[in-house]
Amino acid sequence: MPNFRGFMAVGQNVLRKEGHAKLTGEARYIDDITVDGMLFGKTIRSTVPRGRIRSIELDPTYDWSRIVVADHRDIPGANYVALIENDQPLLVESEVYHCYEPILLIAAETKDLVEEAARHVRIDYEELSPVLTIEDSLACVETLHGTDNVFKRFLIGRGDIDRGFAAADRIVEGEYRVPHQEQLYIEPQGMIAIPGENEMTVMGSMQCPYYVHKALKQLFNLSDENAIVIQTTTGGGFGGKEEYPSTIAAHAALLARKAGRPVKIIYDRAEDIASTTKRHPGVVRHRTGVTRNGRLTASEIDIVLDGGAYITLTPVVLSRGAIHALGPYRCDNVRIIARAVYTNTPPNGAFRGFGAPQVAFAYEMQMERIAAELGIEPLELRRINLLREGDITATGQRLSWSVGSEDVLNAAVGRSRYEEKKRDIEAENAMGIACRRRGIGLSFFFHGAGFTGGGEAKMKAQAGLEITAEGRARVLSGSTEIGQGTRTIFCQIVADELGIGFDDVEIEEPDTSRVPDSGPTVASRTTMVVGRVVQFAAREAKEKLTSFVAERFGMPEAKLVEGEFVANGKALAGFQEMAREYIAQRGELKAFARYASPPGIDWDDDAYSGDAYPVYSWGADVAEVEVDMDTFEVTCTRITTAQDIGRAIHPVLAAGQIEGGTLQAVGYGLLEELVWDRGRIVNNRLTNYIIPTSLDAPDMETLIVEKQYPHGPFGAKGVGELPMDGAAPAIAAAVFSATGAFVGEIPITPERLQLAIEKLEPQINTDGHR
Amino acid sequence: MRAALIVNNVPRDISVPPMKRLLDVLREDLHLTGTKEGCGEGECGACSVIVDGLVINSCLVPVCQVNGSTVLTVEGLASDGRLNPLQQAFLECGGAQCGICTPGMLIAARALLDQNAAPTREDIKEAIAGNLCRCTGYVKIIDAIEQAALATET
Repeated sequence: MPNFRGFMAVGQNVLRKEGHAKLTGEARYIDDITVDGMLFGKTIRSTVPRGRIRSIELDPTYDWSRIVVADHRDIPGANYVALIENDQPLLVESEVYHCYEPILLIAAETKDLVEEAARHVRIDYEELSPVLTIEDSLACVETLHGTDNVFKRFLIGRGDIDRGFAAADRIVEGEYRVPHQEQLYIEPQGMIAIPGENEMTVMGSMQCPYYVHKALKQLFNLSDENAIVIQTTTGGGFGGKEEYPSTIAAHAALLARKAGRPVKIIYDRAEDIASTTKRHPGVVRHRTGVTRNGRLTASEIDIVLDGGAYITLTPVVLSRGAIHALGPYRCDNVRIIARAVYTNTPPNGAFRGFGAPQVAFAYEMQMERIAAELGIEPLELRRINLLREGDITATGQRLSWSVGSEDVLNAAVGRSRYEEKKRDIEAENAMGIACRRRGIGLSFFFHGAGFTGGGEAKMKAQAGLEITAEGRARVLSGSTEIGQGTRTIFCQIVADELGIGFDDVEIEEPDTSRVPDSGPTVASRTTMVVGRVVQFAAREAKEKLTSFVAERFGMPEAKLVEGEFVANGKALAGFQEMAREYIAQRGELKAFARYASPPGIDWDDDAYSGDAYPVYSWGADVAEVEVDMDTFEVTCTRITTAQDIGRAIHPVLAAGQIEGGTLQAVGYGLLEELVWDRGRIVNNRLTNYIIPTSLDAPDMETLIVEKQYPHGPFGAKGVGELPMDGAAPAIAAAVFSATGAFVGEIPITPERLQLAIEKLEPQINTDGHR
Repeated sequence: MRAALIVNNVPRDISVPPMKRLLDVLREDLHLTGTKEGCGEGECGACSVIVDGLVINSCLVPVCQVNGSTVLTVEGLASDGRLNPLQQAFLECGGAQCGICTPGMLIAARALLDQNAAPTREDIKEAIAGNLCRCTGYVKIIDAIEQAALATET
């Protein structure tokens, strides 16, 4: 396929803008960059989950003259990393609240020297009794936050829950548990800070340059202009580089400020897994009223997430979890109580899905349980209850556009031949003799794109478009490329909005001194929300240009079509020529736009009701598994997924998002588990924290459903997080179909499955299956 | 020690500590930063290079062990800035997202195609099983290697 040089780039699989650099090794990630005079920094961390520092001793026999040492007293501003509640210190002062908490920073000329110096620091603690589990936190074994250890709570209520249960023929209860999950981007986190006379420049691996900017300004008393944050090529994020990079950036900056020299901090894998944020673990309880023919009449849901030792992003994760907790189903009587609690473990944070995968596992397993108890085929139960256009969600939102719910379910079921395969498998398993059993299961899910509630209206994300002196269009946005395709997709949107070639559009480097704040690169919002703002900025730039051209040729108006200005069907001049002329005559041409919510979108933050998101994306997965009845190992052999993401601006990139997110969810469901020992992570290495390899990956078939969203750029909705929601419950449903064992806790390890199978009838357990 | 290596067809003669990891020699002494470090313990494959025809994790190999060897890194794949068919296939199929595993992935794929010009999808999965990717779900990487094999065959 030749490089795409034509017009109408939207919907085409154009080559990604930074692809060439990534394929040749030319792309510079943070660890590939060396700055003259650079020192190497390292973080000394707590080794106890809770305690008070008695003393910090720098070995008096060691030569410290070569080492730069910084602690909390070196911070010119207030000692916190700016986020929601500003409760997390940049460096511990005396109280330690979790293992791996940063206490001291050191830097030296070489990596070896800084490692050597680190071995000569001794920190002595008075250890205090920690709270390490959700249960202990709720029981207030120690009260460490407020009066009850609860960081945040939400209540969502709709209808009359008592009447709903009274109308039920049956009440089904279930409890579901979900674990921590590590983002495991393959590029570990890292930053370089370069001190200037008045300014501080920080570059590195990150999703959100303006988060880092905000944190640096506060910590170092810097003006907007004097804090300069530059994103370097970033080797994956998945939420893990949303908030934590602010801490590393500030650590590097603090050392750099003290040393008067640039400082680089690169985490190794063990430090990265241990100390950075992870997906919140949680416990979700469902109590559901249903009629005997499968209609939901009442749903009571209790969610508890483990926030860790600081609030960080927990309230927003919890909010998304609460709003998605009922799932994509109709139920008129709902009560959802969501709480996030304190524990003395490293703070949990953003990871693709952001509260939704946790509750999705629970609501889909609850649907499986209801189906089993009522003797209704799980697919049928979904069809009876799924939300359709015009229906109302748990927060009271009427779905008025772009509802691809039935379409995705039908597509996934049809393409996978779910019903036919399920009949065959059931017949096979009824004989009960195979040592390798097959299973098939499905899941159905939705994901609200953009910030929750009034977030986008408050943020008013900004983006711009510049016409350069070379006659090209340049996108100005703080949204980052983290592999998902931001650079390419923004250029496609601009090319089509202006009416010029894709190759005539470029994108500015994400540098806070050059691009406006488009909001963080999170929440499946980049294409749908920021892409829309980019489109509006391009529209404004086009209007300036076309009126200039019309005036220039004495025409009432002109249009820009396929790179040519035309009026009355006659070509006037080329885009590049006119762009250059405009700049020469009138100077800079930059247009900026801000996000405004679509009409009719209304959210009540006090009542926690209304339009939680402007639109939802929809998905359905069919998972096929094989279970070894001797070892209890589960292999996921195939996943067929259908996802309604609105218009796919770039089908190959969109499918790439879906496939990658789906495999992360396979890991969530089957493999990935952190092992804790008194607040410490035992398996903070790739040797024993297992993510899927190519041999663990199922065959995947991806069907993109395009229910266009009238207020997205060219009809696009969010895609990034949706795929993370579906695979784990689909696999658990398939395991249920294979073995009859209902595993309400992930990952479904052989140990967990063995326990579940042994609880079944005695003839199935251990070697009884023969 | 003095180490003599042929890296991407160029003879290099350097003075390095004998136990320095090949990965660090490539990145620090030869400024070939295309080879990445993802874990430092041979699990992720981001540091894969081909030494005398075999794929190795360069984070596990001290330079003294490969003195006199021929090394191929990602920088040796394109010629005069033109992508080779394997790189081109990755670009077209969507085999690179964040790009951090890509150099190692390309090297593992290259080693496979050198041994087996017409691999099945199972052969490809096996060949890249030592290279972790967290972005793609591997589908488009496998597609790309398949496409490159076909392109080279015809």
